Amino acid sequence: MTPEQPKSPFPAIAPMGVDGLLVRFADTLSESANRAALGFRAALAEAPLAGVEEVAAALASVYLRFDPAKSSYKTLHAALESRLRQPWQAALERPRRWRIPTVYGGDHGPQLAEVAALAGMSEQAAISQISATPLRVMSLGFAPGQPYLGLLPKAFDLPRQSALTKEVPSGALTLAIRQCVLFATPAPTGWRHIGQTRFKAFHPESDTPFPLRPGDEVVFSPVSIDDLSRQPPHMEAAP
Amino acid sequence: MQDAGRAGFIEFGLSKGGAADVRALAEGAALLGQSPFMAALEMAGTGGVFSASAPVRIALTGAPMRATLDGRILRWNAAHRLEAGQKLHIGAATKGIYGYLHIGGGLATPEQLNSRSAHLAAGLGGYLAPNSRLPIGPDPALEAPNQYLPTPHPRFEGGEVRMVASAQTARFEAATRARFEATRFIRSPQGNRQGVRLGFEGAGFTAKDQLDMVSEFMIPGDIQMTGDGTPFVLLPECQTTGGYPRIGTVIPQDLPIVAQAPPGSPLRFHFITAEEARASWQSLAQICAGLSRTTRPLLRDPRTMPDLLSYQLISGVTAGRELDIEGDIDEN
Repeated sequence: MTPEQPKSPFPAIAPMGVDGLLVRFADTLSESANRAALGFRAALAEAPLAGVEEVAAALASVYLRFDPAKSSYKTLHAALESRLRQPWQAALERPRRWRIPTVYGGDHGPQLAEVAALAGMSEQAAISQISATPLRVMSLGFAPGQPYLGLLPKAFDLPRQSALTKEVPSGALTLAIRQCVLFATPAPTGWRHIGQTRFKAFHPESDTPFPLRPGDEVVFSPVSIDDLSRQPPHMEAAP
Repeated sequence: MQDAGRAGFIEFGLSKGGAADVRALAEGAALLGQSPFMAALEMAGTGGVFSASAPVRIALTGAPMRATLDGRILRWNAAHRLEAGQKLHIGAATKGIYGYLHIGGGLATPEQLNSRSAHLAAGLGGYLAPNSRLPIGPDPALEAPNQYLPTPHPRFEGGEVRMVASAQTARFEAATRARFEATRFIRSPQGNRQGVRLGFEGAGFTAKDQLDMVSEFMIPGDIQMTGDGTPFVLLPECQTTGGYPRIGTVIPQDLPIVAQAPPGSPLRFHFITAEEARASWQSLAQICAGLSRTTRPLLRDPRTMPDLLSYQLISGVTAGRELDIEGDIDEN
C-alpha cells in the first residue's frame, strides 16, 4: 500500500471582489506554476465561458472578470472546476517567438560584470547563458506592456539590490531572482542593468498597443552598438 | 479628463482607471440626459475657470464646490446653461475631494485604447494645461430645461464601507479580521488616484506567512496591508499586480465613499456576504437610469434675475408645490 499523499491545495479558486475570480496554481513562483497559469488562460481564451468579460494570466494565477448581470461566482466556480479537470495543459504548445537585439555590458549594461561575478562565471559565459535559451514572458506589469521573463538557470538566482539604481532607461534589460525585466519606461529599480535594447513595450497609438503577451518567448541576442540601430526587435515565428 | 475607464487591459499591465467617483459620472449623465460613458472633467480639490465658444449645457456633481457664472452662484448637483463667452468659476471643494464638470454632448477628444480617461502612471492624457481648448460633441438636448438632483447619495465625509472576502482574506486570522472591522480608521493625508492610506491606533494587521508572496492581480477596492501592517485602499489608477496581502475588497457601490473621504474623515469597514453584495450591485447604466427618475426641474429665483422686466410673468396658475429655488450653494 502506498502512503496517502497530502492533497495539494492547488489549483485553488477564490473570489476577487464582486465581479471576479482568481484561479491560483501556487503561492510561490515556479516554472510549472507559470506554465499552468499561461496554459489555463490560453485554454479559456480558446473556449470562453459565458458572462466572462476579461481573462488575464499573472505569474502563477489566472484572473477572470465577469458581468454580475450575466453570471455569478457560484456558476463560474463550478465551470472552472470542470475545466480544470479537462486536459488544458497543451494549450501553451506553440508560443510566438521574438528576437530582441541587445547590447550587453559596458556602458549599456553597467552591472553585467557584477552579475557574472555573483553568478560565478565570466561575462562571456553569462551573456551566452542569458541569450541561449528563449525566455518566456511570464507576466506583464509595473508599467503598461512591461515583461517579466524567465526562468534563467539557477546560477542567476541573485537578490535585488538593496539600494536602488536611480534610473534605468526605457528598453533596459535587467536581471534578478532568475528573471529578466525589460523596462518600458525610465524608472528607478533594484534589478541589475545588464544590457540595452531598442524595444518599446507600449504603443498607445497603434492597433497593437502591447506587442508582447504572456506566453511569448524572447531571445535577447547579443549585438554590437552599431547593429543595435540597424536591427529592430521583431517577431520571428507565430503559431 | 475621466470617463468610466478602459477595461480589458489588466493582463498588459494597464489598470482600468477612470473617474475616482463613478457615481458622480452617473449623476452628471442623468442631469444632462446622456450616456454615463461620456467623459467629464475631474477636479481634485479645486476647479478652475471655464468658458465655451457657443451655448452649452453643463452639470456639476461630486464634491460640492463654489461655482459662479458671471458672478451668479450656481447650484451644485444641477445642470445649467452657459451662453457663449460666459465665465464659469469653480472654486475649492466644501466637502469631499473630486468635483465633476460635465458638458452636454460630452467631451470629444480622440480616444486612446477605447477611453478618454487620463492615466498618469501609464502616460495617457494628463492634467489640463491653462488655456487648453477641448472639443465638445453635439448636444441634441441643448434647449432642455435644467434639472437638479434633490438627494445625491451622501458620500463626502467618510462613513461606513461594505467589503467582501477576496482571494487572500483567509490569509488573515479570524481575530485579525474582527479587529479590522471594529477599528475606527481615518483617511490619512497620503492618498491619490492610486489609493489612500488609512490611519489608526493599535497594532498593524498582518497575514500569516506574509513574506515572499508571488505577485497577483490587484483591483480597485482591494485593501492591502504593507509590510508594517498599514492598510491601503486601492483606487481606480492602482497598479495591476502586487505582492502585499489583501484582507478584502470594498464593493464598487461604496468605493466612492473612500475616494471622496477627505484627510481626517472617519472610515469603518465591515464584511458582507457575496449574496448581499450581488443584491446591491448595479451597472453604471442602471445607476444612471435610476438617477434619471429622481431629477427635478430647476427654476430660477426672481431676485437673482437682472432682466426680470423683460419676462412675461403670469400666463397661468399652478398650486406651486413643485417649485424649488436656484441661487443657494447646495448644502447636501
